[in-house]
Amino acid sequence: MTIFRRPSLKFGAKRKREIPEGLWKKCPQCSEMIHHLALEENLNVCPKCEHHFSLSAKERISTIVDEGSFIEMDSEMSSVDPLEFQGVAAYKERLETYQKKTGLIEAVRTGNAMIGGYPVGLAVMDFQFLAASLGSVVGEKITRIIEESTAARQPIIIISASGGARMYEGALSLMQMAKTSGALARHSEARLPFISILTHPTMGGVTASFAVLGDVILAEPKSMIGFAGPRVIREIAHQDLPEGFQTAEFLLEHGLIDEIVPRAQMRNILITILSLLVEK
Amino acid sequence: MTPLPLDFEQPLLELEKCLDDLISRTPEDTHRISVMQEKLELMRVDLYKNLTPWQRVQIARHPSRPYALDYLERCFTDFVELHGDRCFGDDKAMPAGIARIGKYRCVIIMQQKGRNVKENVLRNFGSPHPEGYRKALRLMRLAEKFSLPVITFIDTPGAYPGIGAEERHIAESIAVNLREMMLLKVPIISVILGEGGSGGALGIGVSDKSLMLENAYYSVISPEGCAAILWKHRKHAPEAAAALKLTAQDLTDLKLIDGIVPEPLGGAHHNASMAATAVRHAIIEALEELEKKSLPDLLEERYAKFRKMGIFSE
Repeated sequence: MTIFRRPSLKFGAKRKREIPEGLWKKCPQCSEMIHHLALEENLNVCPKCEHHFSLSAKERISTIVDEGSFIEMDSEMSSVDPLEFQGVAAYKERLETYQKKTGLIEAVRTGNAMIGGYPVGLAVMDFQFLAASLGSVVGEKITRIIEESTAARQPIIIISASGGARMYEGALSLMQMAKTSGALARHSEARLPFISILTHPTMGGVTASFAVLGDVILAEPKSMIGFAGPRVIREIAHQDLPEGFQTAEFLLEHGLIDEIVPRAQMRNILITILSLLVEK
Repeated sequence: MTPLPLDFEQPLLELEKCLDDLISRTPEDTHRISVMQEKLELMRVDLYKNLTPWQRVQIARHPSRPYALDYLERCFTDFVELHGDRCFGDDKAMPAGIARIGKYRCVIIMQQKGRNVKENVLRNFGSPHPEGYRKALRLMRLAEKFSLPVITFIDTPGAYPGIGAEERHIAESIAVNLREMMLLKVPIISVILGEGGSGGALGIGVSDKSLMLENAYYSVISPEGCAAILWKHRKHAPEAAAALKLTAQDLTDLKLIDGIVPEPLGGAHHNASMAATAVRHAIIEALEELEKKSLPDLLEERYAKFRKMGIFSE
């Protein structure tokens, strides 16, 4: 029998010191604490070690195009659930979750823009949305901007980041690889430049289609770029992977990409390349 | 030789055994025997006409299933194998060459699996390296030069996910084929014989006529791979196989392939000659149809076919 009862002390909700979230960011490479304004000013690149943080499509577009020149196309196009995919999580629910979480409708933004005064077609993938996986919408939007660029006789620039094809749309996703590559075939046949920019990470069906078909292929430093996932390869190879395997630096060494370009220099290099490949 | 039975074929096998028993014990009881035979036939038809997607995947992977070279032997004559990508090596998972089918001369590109361990070491279980896709492209160029149609036999679990494959850019070798096949100035016919494993299949699959055997599958990811990612365990592969909509009928409904080649009851491995006859017939029919088209029409229709693929809302 208890004589004394422990007094219950309640102070309502637990008090917490109020630090707005995301004010400071820790660099995953050098552990430097960086203020978000400093990071933004530096194009989301760590000022100390030059680690490239990921960028949303919107942010990336603003770092590349002439101010205010981007005119978005097909911004309302959205995914349906053509297979009525039932798994652990239904596709419809996943789409809704990601739309809410990111404020995006789909994983790529496409449109016309000017870069250094040159009109271009531009497609920028946004990894936040379902790992920017390639499904019907991503494939269709990219195909349309390529076709539009062929018709307008302008270069196309695609900035890739993707986990690969979108499982939830089955073989429909697979065929987007053929569809986008086919549109590039016609763009190429018309002797128009395609500049492909690979960012972290670009894998699977995106690497095995439009991403590596550029006349010029550029990559951001240390981006992971490959076909199969490293875990799968390690399991099959029964050995450790070579150092730097599937990084942009590794692929430069092995002859796949033309140049590694830090984010801060990307716009200027694009302008130079455009000035050399496009007759004015 | 009866092929190795699959799990779901057990009830059928048991009934077959009962029938054999009955015949050996009371051969004079023709009434009971015929009743049982009828029952067995009904059961067989019922089972094989209502296969689940996962059961079809198992048939597509059956170790006795006829492979590309089996069809080559039965459908083509005058085959001359042409080796190598003129760059790095010769991919034995992707044998190719020039041959004749009926009255048609053609280039034939195949994905070949091994029947046993030794063969599989040679054929790498039907998983091509970049050299395979580059050899395929070299032969497609040859086809274009000599105005020969291209026929591809697809049967791969997928392009090989290995260190060397990545170092030599397997993704690029596939991507270039997707682009170049779209503009290739000769008819292209692809037949998925067994496994249509993702990009590894599509890398020789951009065609004017995409045909699929009745029990073949064509998928963006293997059911096991999909199960491992979405269900967190490979044992859910049967559910993944259903969810992925990967059967020939599913792909027809989604308008992603142009025709289904029928297989003998129970699968091509029950009667390879019959399966080969159907494949040969389908190829010749496609060649007859495609040769009538003008080149601009052929290319426009090929582009339009893939252009329409995709379902979305706007």
